[in-house]
Amino acid sequence: MIEGLNPALILIIGALLVPLFPQPWRRVYVIALPLVSMLQLVLHPFGTFAEASMYDVTLETFRIDNLSFIFGLIFHIAAVLGVIYAIHDDDPIHPTAGLIYAGAAIGAAFAGDLITLFVYWELTAASSVFLIWARRTESAFKAGMRYLVIQIGSGVILLAGVVLHYRETGFISFNEMNLESIGGKLIFLAFGIKCAFPFLHNWLQDSYPEATASGTVLLSAFTTKLAVYALARGYAGTDMLIWIGALMTAFPIFFAVIENDLRRVLAYSLNNQLGFMVVAVGIGTPLALNGAAAHAFCHILYKALLFMSMGAVLLRTGTCKGSELGGLYKSMPFTTVCCIIGAASISAFPLFSGFVSKSMIVSAVAGEHLTFVWLMLIFASAGVFHHSGIKIPYFAFFAHDSGIRCEEAPLSMRVAMGISAALCIGIGVFPGALYAILPYPVDYVPYTAAHVITQLQLLMYSALAFTVMMLWKIYPPELRSTNLDTDWLYRKGATEALLPVTALASQTTKDLFTTLAKLKEKTLGLFEKTVGPGAWLSRSVDSSGMVALTMGSLLVFLLLYLL
Amino acid sequence: MSQIPSQLVEQLPAVQLLLTLLAAPICSMFRNGDLSWRIATVASWASVACAFALLHQVWGGGSISYEMGGWPPPWGIEVVIDELTAIVLLLVTLFGALVMTALRKSLSSIMRHQRQSLYYTTFLLCMASLIGITITGDAFNVLVFLEISSLATYTLIARGRDRRALTAAFRYLIMGTIGATFILIAIGFMYMLTGTLNMADLSERLPEHYDNKVLHASFAFFTIGIALKVAMFPLHYWLPNAYTYSPKATTAFLAATATKVSLYVMIRFIFDVYGVEFAFGQMQLGTLLVPLSIAGILVASLTAVFQDDAKRLLAWSSVAQLGYMALGMALLNANGLTSAVTHMFNHAMMKAGLFLALATMIYRTQSSSLAALSGIGRTMPWTTGAFAILGIGLIGVPFTAGFVSKWYLVSGALDKDWLPVAILLIISSLMAIAYIGKMLDVMYFKPAPAEFADIKEGPKSMLIPCWIFALLTIYFGIDTRLTAGLAGRVASNLLGAS
Repeated sequence: MIEGLNPALILIIGALLVPLFPQPWRRVYVIALPLVSMLQLVLHPFGTFAEASMYDVTLETFRIDNLSFIFGLIFHIAAVLGVIYAIHDDDPIHPTAGLIYAGAAIGAAFAGDLITLFVYWELTAASSVFLIWARRTESAFKAGMRYLVIQIGSGVILLAGVVLHYRETGFISFNEMNLESIGGKLIFLAFGIKCAFPFLHNWLQDSYPEATASGTVLLSAFTTKLAVYALARGYAGTDMLIWIGALMTAFPIFFAVIENDLRRVLAYSLNNQLGFMVVAVGIGTPLALNGAAAHAFCHILYKALLFMSMGAVLLRTGTCKGSELGGLYKSMPFTTVCCIIGAASISAFPLFSGFVSKSMIVSAVAGEHLTFVWLMLIFASAGVFHHSGIKIPYFAFFAHDSGIRCEEAPLSMRVAMGISAALCIGIGVFPGALYAILPYPVDYVPYTAAHVITQLQLLMYSALAFTVMMLWKIYPPELRSTNLDTDWLYRKGATEALLPVTALASQTTKDLFTTLAKLKEKTLGLFEKTVGPGAWLSRSVDSSGMVALTMGSLLVFLLLYLL
Repeated sequence: MSQIPSQLVEQLPAVQLLLTLLAAPICSMFRNGDLSWRIATVASWASVACAFALLHQVWGGGSISYEMGGWPPPWGIEVVIDELTAIVLLLVTLFGALVMTALRKSLSSIMRHQRQSLYYTTFLLCMASLIGITITGDAFNVLVFLEISSLATYTLIARGRDRRALTAAFRYLIMGTIGATFILIAIGFMYMLTGTLNMADLSERLPEHYDNKVLHASFAFFTIGIALKVAMFPLHYWLPNAYTYSPKATTAFLAATATKVSLYVMIRFIFDVYGVEFAFGQMQLGTLLVPLSIAGILVASLTAVFQDDAKRLLAWSSVAQLGYMALGMALLNANGLTSAVTHMFNHAMMKAGLFLALATMIYRTQSSSLAALSGIGRTMPWTTGAFAILGIGLIGVPFTAGFVSKWYLVSGALDKDWLPVAILLIISSLMAIAYIGKMLDVMYFKPAPAEFADIKEGPKSMLIPCWIFALLTIYFGIDTRLTAGLAGRVASNLLGAS
């Protein structure tokens, strides 16, 4: 352990060296790097380090405390799992971009001031886009561009907010802020974009399913959870977040149920899970914030596990469409088991990780007597089980046999999935270890009879609904289709609606320019006729124009001063 | 023994001017271009050393007064050097010397060997007269050096390979002459009122004439005359052509120095000679300057976005950037003035670097149209890399020099509670992203035209100065003691003098 050395720097600088290693050594190096960095983090004492002074403000580039530690730790775990999962791939772009991305997210979590936060915030955007582009298809390139524009845009809004916030308050440190000032509002908006608030969420479903199999695993871990951390740090207890979060839990369910691309289903369910964390941040009590941190921790693990299993399917079959898959449990038994464990975790089955964290949030909501929000969360929990817990494993691995026979996932993928699955179960069975590292002291018992029974009732009835709908064949069939989300409004609708306006504008400009050109020609012709031929004159028109302008300005000044 | 250095130090202000001024005729005596280049380069780097020594002496707020020929002011010509003078001196000599170093290769492709020595002579003369404008404490002397620099500049521009360079130079000649005449009239009026030409003396004697119409006329003539030289909107039309058609590397020198020195003269006269209260209080310069500079920033940025020639695009961007400096000055508060002085230095550095990188590309492609430069990021990665860093600096991304000056400018606008102005500045930054992004997009992502598919990386003698500019851009984005630190002291001095 080197005191004051930010683990983020180990990762970022180390990642830049990845392409220099020849292949057998590169594998060792990319796994060792995040492990070394994690060791540095775990052994490091709490406090503020590596202060730097710049433009008259003090930057706290490395602040490690209760809240940032747990996020730093889970980001490290996700980085390790992400590189192990992709180790069979020889493409150096993946570990390089992935580790820089992880380092940037960790650096942002440890940022003690807003300038440092901004720098790492933009770095996450710039590095992660390569995980999308690495798929090297035309649609991935375009989706990556859209993703980049929105992510960089979030950073620009953040910077504007930081500047205004600094001017209003005189503080640059990254602590609690409020929504009363313009600066605070802009920063909130920037966080909201990364956190995929409703109507700002489309970049997520647009880009994550376009990334490489292993890229999505990393993408799902960092960007949005960093935003949750930022909200918890800056806007804990902001009432508006409760309603934003509740909406986030509910609306993706409808899209997830009808979506065919299974990785896109997972992207919608990611949105829904974020909603739980945002609600918890909005409540802002110690129990709720513990719940948000714990849920982020568990969520990164089981969401990565689900994306890993879908990534394995994508690698082996070349597709992730529910309509083309089915019956894969015969070919990929290990992946099937892991996927079911991930599905059980996200559905919050007792003894799986989602249960111990989600119940904290639901209890916190109940503790505040927010009945309506509580009902929405319960509805959302049932919905999660429906689309992630049953739909994903059912359509991929069971359902009607698609006839696809393929190999089991490569060893590296199986190792990564195995570790994630073990962690999911481990946390579910022994929640004490997770509770020990939460930001606030925990006196919460997840396994009470009431909790367990409520949750089981919910899950059973949800399963019943699915079964009944399947039996009566009224479940929305998996079709090859494109579902319109709200981004249609700005991607297509706005262009269509603006078409007449732009056409009119361009026509007007064209007319204006032709008139001007005619006018110019006529004037020039006049000069040529009256004064004489030659190019020299047409140039001197410009000079005399300039002189006229000068004399005009002088006249204005003189009149103003002398009269 | 210790006598000699201390005597030399006392004579430094004169040495600063004479180094380049004397090297110029020496250069003209040789027919050998390479030899002249060596002399010119040595003279300009010696001049840089001299400027550093002067900056060292006045660092922290001192000032030097030197009597030319031993005649005491206000009868003799006085040379005054304070921190503002020193930073402008450094700007002119350092960036001039860097361009000079890169000049030889760039020139060899467009000029016969024998002609080159004359070109170096003109270049040195231009540099010497810019140094003269900066250090002199005599109003009439400013005009004389301004004329010398203008004459030298016309020659430099007219040497461009394109025939249109001649017209551009001719137009600049007309506008420059009008500007100089106006300034002459302004100085003449002041002389009529006070009987003195020494700037310090003038500032003491002018307040008693503040209600005199002659002084008001003098101020109007001065403002318009110098605004022409600064290329302030809407008197900027000479600049795009002059920059576009002049020889490649020359543009780098002109863009860095000529307009900045004119801006320096503007600040000197308005704040020190006429006085802040007179200029901004009685004459309401702010109400005219603020809307004009904002309009200039927006119009020129927008024009830059639609250019399809890289040199012309950067020239229009220069007009916009000069608007930033004028706005910073017109804000009339500590942050605004700090930004004006800082941006003077930072923009000189970034724009010189950009034009030089562009000159390196044109050295291979023989054309500055964006179509010819497409895909050059693959054939000339080092040059394009430097260009990209400098371009990002010009946009004002954090940790580059451009961010520092924009930060102070936005702060200055917010200090006055001018939120709309701050928003317009952000919008103009977005336009900067558009025009820099447009060039980078072409350079990196478009396929190269067939005839340029296998051009080589630029010569090292040009590449190294480019990278020095690029690295300085990052350095001054992090360590701001020399730029913003000094500018802050200058700003409080200028405002405190009122």
